[in-house]
Amino acid sequence: MAWNPKIEKMPIKELKDMQFKLLKMQVYRLYSFNRFYHDRMRQQGVHPDDIQTLDDVRKLPFMLKQDLRDNYPTGMFTASGDEVVRYHVSSGTTGKPTLVGYTERDLEMWTESLARALTSCGIGRGDVMQVSYGYGLFTGGLGLHYGAERVGATVLPTSTGNTERQIELMMDLGVTAIACTPSYMVYLGEVAERMGVSLKDDTELKVGIMGAEPWSEGTRTHFRDVLGVEAYDIYGTSELSGPLFTECEAQDGIHVWGDMALVEIIDPDTGEACADGEKSELVVTMLQKEALPMMRYRIGDITCLMEDECSCGRTHPRIGRISGRVDDMLIIRGINVFPSQVEHTLMQLPQCTGHFQIIVDRVGALDSMKVKVELTPEVFSDRINDLMAIRKSISNELKKYLNIAADVEFMEPGSLPRYQGKARRVEDRREM
Amino acid sequence: MSLHELRQISVLLENKAGRLAVIAGALQENGVNILAFTIAEAEGFGVVRIIVDDPAKARRSLEAQGLAVTENRMMALRMLDEPGGLYGISRILGEQDINMEYAYAFNRPGKAILILKVTDINTALPRIEASYPEFLEECSGYQHC
Repeated sequence: MAWNPKIEKMPIKELKDMQFKLLKMQVYRLYSFNRFYHDRMRQQGVHPDDIQTLDDVRKLPFMLKQDLRDNYPTGMFTASGDEVVRYHVSSGTTGKPTLVGYTERDLEMWTESLARALTSCGIGRGDVMQVSYGYGLFTGGLGLHYGAERVGATVLPTSTGNTERQIELMMDLGVTAIACTPSYMVYLGEVAERMGVSLKDDTELKVGIMGAEPWSEGTRTHFRDVLGVEAYDIYGTSELSGPLFTECEAQDGIHVWGDMALVEIIDPDTGEACADGEKSELVVTMLQKEALPMMRYRIGDITCLMEDECSCGRTHPRIGRISGRVDDMLIIRGINVFPSQVEHTLMQLPQCTGHFQIIVDRVGALDSMKVKVELTPEVFSDRINDLMAIRKSISNELKKYLNIAADVEFMEPGSLPRYQGKARRVEDRREM
Repeated sequence: MSLHELRQISVLLENKAGRLAVIAGALQENGVNILAFTIAEAEGFGVVRIIVDDPAKARRSLEAQGLAVTENRMMALRMLDEPGGLYGISRILGEQDINMEYAYAFNRPGKAILILKVTDINTALPRIEASYPEFLEECSGYQHC
């Protein structure tokens, strides 16, 4: 089922024509009416007339998060104060927070985007959706709230925290779908178990919309098998509006609605376009946003682009799972390591719970990586040899995936920090 | 469970100051008395092994702290509290072809008790019972099972 089949399934050629027109109009608008964009394009030596094809987007200047900070609070807004109907403030994962704004139409497009997305995950009228993303300055809660209401689902706006109560409400109200971070989902499962509740058998919960931090196929399998939740990846960031795009029922990439956003994958060092399917830095241009358009915005996420038609029949391009952030990527002894790879490996091992922490240090001239894991209580043994063997097998699996040796340290179950918002699982103690 | 075996409680101990106090504190709070105690140490973690007067209660109170806990059946042998006491026992173990994984000991008035983790308690116990019943310690007085 599609929310807006005419748009979602339009022929690729027509979609590209539409994107070109929208891009051209957006560039004209920004060049003519906004000082920041005008100056930036002049510096780059590009004029709106130079945009003759869709690929000419590559002539336009990049924008970085730093630009938003430099122009704080509203220097980059392209709508006047009385047209802006809402603000959000980003969570500041990688530095000080930034302000974003929306016109009425921006909010409408955001909601439309999520209505298409949630429908593609099978959520609609008759569903009860618990939104366990933070409400408030963070975009997650309100974004999904309006998206879910638009498709006719009943929304339970729990926000984060008070986990026992969330589980009680989930049972009382027959919640069928949840939106939260994957680490909060793990935590919900643990708390439910302690309360004697099996999310799989004692609740109606079937679907999870998981995002705001990278996760893996291993996590998806774990949620499906252990919690009875089919998890769908969601993507977005406050600078683009908030959470916007999800996987569809095919679970083969996240559909980025082409009438709203134009996606490129570039080499982070040269800024040049990457070959199709290559995993590298994501760049997004918002084609219809009014208050804060973002042109060729370098979010810092790493993914790949799939432009062929999806098996679900939707024609809009897809991006792969976010495998990390350009600035999250750890370079350990010259090898690129993403925390998501560690997560993926650990999720497949029954010997440990999903929680972990990575500690990178430098001993002499050599980088060392330590992964702290929580041992599953069931596999705990009184015999040191058994425990050493478990540790060895975890460390072998990590080595297999990461191509780098990692020390594994056992932690008591429940002792590693739980995150309700974005997880911070890496501690880099190296002095660069 | 045979009268001649003890239930040992083991707990994972992470390498962080104050963790032992969490274990001991939980037992104290629940009125559990520790009879014997040892820590096996490995790189980065340890395993605390304890014999208590109430293993079931000990397990419950440790698990309530979120700790990883496991239980094992241990053989308890009586030794003379004098030179040669351990020698006598170890000779018998060799003679009866009983393999042990680890062992530790504690004192009771007038005697010493050797706590043994053997590879297969189901065959080891009957062998001692048949040939040297006098070495088996009567354990029912230690614990409420």
